[in-house]
Amino acid sequence: MTSIGTGYDLSASTYSPDGRIFQVEYANKAVENSGTAIGLKVKDGVVLAVEKLVHSKLLVPGANRRIQTVDRHIGLATAGLPADGRTVASRARDEAANFRDVYRSPPTLKTVADRLGHFVQMYTLYSSVRPFGISTILGAVDKDGPALYVIEPSGVFFGYHGAAVGKGRQLAKTELEKLKLSELTAREAVIEAARIIYLVHEDAKEKEFELEMSWIGPETNNQHVAVPQDLFNEAEAKAREALVSGLE
Amino acid sequence: MDHFPLNWGRPRNDAVDSYSTYPITQRPNHAPKDAFSAGIQHTQQPIVTGTSVLAIKFKDGIMMAADNLASYGSLARFRDIQRLHAVGEHTVLGAGGDMSDFQYIQSILDELMIDEFAAGDGHALGPAEVHNYLSELMYARRSKMNPLWNAMLVGGFKDGQRFLAYVDMLGTTYSASTLATGYGAHIAQPLLRRAVEGREDTLDEEEARKIIEQSMKVLFYRDARSLDKYQIATITAAGVHISDSLQIETSWSFAEGLRGYGAQTQ
Amino acid sequence: MDHIDFQQLKSGEVNLGTSIMAVQFADGVVIGADSRTTTGSYIANRVTDKLTHVHDRVYCCRSGSAADTQAVADIVHYYLQLYSQSSGAPPPVHTAASLFQKLCYENKDALSAGIIVAGWDKEIGPSVYNIPLGGGLFRQPWAIGGSGSTYVYGYCDATYQEGWGRDETINFVKNTLALAMSRDGSSGGVIRMCVITEGGVERLFVPGNELPKFWQGTEVLSPVKGKAVPEPQVVPMTVE
Repeated sequence: MTSIGTGYDLSASTYSPDGRIFQVEYANKAVENSGTAIGLKVKDGVVLAVEKLVHSKLLVPGANRRIQTVDRHIGLATAGLPADGRTVASRARDEAANFRDVYRSPPTLKTVADRLGHFVQMYTLYSSVRPFGISTILGAVDKDGPALYVIEPSGVFFGYHGAAVGKGRQLAKTELEKLKLSELTAREAVIEAARIIYLVHEDAKEKEFELEMSWIGPETNNQHVAVPQDLFNEAEAKAREALVSGLE
Repeated sequence: MDHFPLNWGRPRNDAVDSYSTYPITQRPNHAPKDAFSAGIQHTQQPIVTGTSVLAIKFKDGIMMAADNLASYGSLARFRDIQRLHAVGEHTVLGAGGDMSDFQYIQSILDELMIDEFAAGDGHALGPAEVHNYLSELMYARRSKMNPLWNAMLVGGFKDGQRFLAYVDMLGTTYSASTLATGYGAHIAQPLLRRAVEGREDTLDEEEARKIIEQSMKVLFYRDARSLDKYQIATITAAGVHISDSLQIETSWSFAEGLRGYGAQTQ
Repeated sequence: MDHIDFQQLKSGEVNLGTSIMAVQFADGVVIGADSRTTTGSYIANRVTDKLTHVHDRVYCCRSGSAADTQAVADIVHYYLQLYSQSSGAPPPVHTAASLFQKLCYENKDALSAGIIVAGWDKEIGPSVYNIPLGGGLFRQPWAIGGSGSTYVYGYCDATYQEGWGRDETINFVKNTLALAMSRDGSSGGVIRMCVITEGGVERLFVPGNELPKFWQGTEVLSPVKGKAVPEPQVVPMTVE
């Protein structure tokens, strides 16, 4: 952290002499400390999965969700500060609703990602605000088919076949690269997603966690909904199995 | 000198005809003109309109019907439009009156349902909630002197409960086991009451359909803004079902031998 | 009258008391319009172009107030440029129609505009949308509008058939408009048409002296010349 003490890291509106914005880089640190979130764009749909670290046994199971719904066909998973995730999701819903209001049709994910990217970028310009401490995975099935984007704290966004953000992203990306994403069905992708989350969690030897998964595909009528309990249980059981057999 | 006693005591305007010889009925008005009085006129009129909606309770839920016509005055302009609209999985909204306002209401409800879906809290809006939302919307708009020109029925089935209620452009609401809007309230409602009241819990879908079909036929015979093509919605524990367009079967042959309008026999 | 007359124009306003039309066929749409613009009964422009470009493959036919419909079309044109630049693809016809609908609905108190939107897009192919006075949105296989249209609903219902090709569709539009123009005093002049397909927009023109002609027989006011008029044979009533 050579930036500390130089005075160039105090405001998002100040560049360092070599052209960096340290506040944005610190925001990335906030993301790196968070439980992993992954997204898989497959043949007929999109799956989102999150490793939600549970910091207290007193928490109600299912509380503080990190996967949220933006529109019927759009979902979002965040890694980083949970409260920032709520703000970005709320803005995403507004943007989707605004698009529907003006054009009377469901927005494409690209449009929402574009507008959301602008929104996030605005928080990297002023000394009065701090950049968002989250990376956002957006998934949808729109008129052009399945789509997956990631928006980073700087406001940049890219489209992906498979995406991973948060603490275990490196291992998760390695695992995603092994998959033939364009040949999987959404149902198969759910199994893989659970396996990857369990794997990266085991690797990090973290505290308790909760698996959160949602999907969009033909089986959900192209709507973004939580993975149904029976499939969820199946995926979780297989993920545990894979861990055990992997350790042997 | 203003010779018209009724103008005395009013602000005068000497620039205009003070020795006028107008007849009294056409006397000039010297009152100051309010140039903006016609500036903001909200209360419009319906232009492209739908006619009646009918609905009844039956054993398993609610049955609703409306024809496929959107009129333009007396011109049957759009003969293939749908006036029954599913709101979520438990509710159907049927609308008469201005079709552009109805489309606006549909888009508002769609946004509402997306908000609820996005909340992902395991709760869904049912017919009672949708009806109350609509009544607030309609009343708010009439209070702005800018009503949404519709009369609507909300029917639904959720958590084992049937729901059927009316709401109109004034925000008026009421509920009954048979309801009808517009012309239907005059012509079909008595028929529906006679057929349904007291039998809400025993009528099966088949019988309910017969009652609705019969009433739609009478409406087609007597409502000059109706069409012989219509749809039926059923809302039961199984969810919402809106039929394809149905044809009203009519009979006219009894009139073949009819002659003249009185004593004429040939 | 206790309500506003929506047909009423502002005093001195220019009126497109029009005949307009759009019909879809397999490969595209044919749109058409007469060319008469009036103020009262004076023809302010006899060669008006009422077929208005709003995007590469989306046009609209305007009826009602010239000022209102031009303003609305200009705004939609602006929005569609914005849309295509930001999304990187041409707008669907439905999007254009929705924008017209939104403007017409939200300003229904101020506008007298009846607009038909038609065109081609890659999602749906050809489509026609009708946006009548109150600002509703209705998709139709064929749409007619303007004051002249009321005279030709019967002709269209009797004539239109699904599955026509380009040339049959053009003929239908041409004949319908000629019939409307011949009966509606507020329509007339020339027929302008556009054929909008994936490949482009083709302009067609029918001069006012080459319009299709239909029944032109005389409406009998006096005895037909050259025919002997039989004497009325009045038989006196017999009195008993």
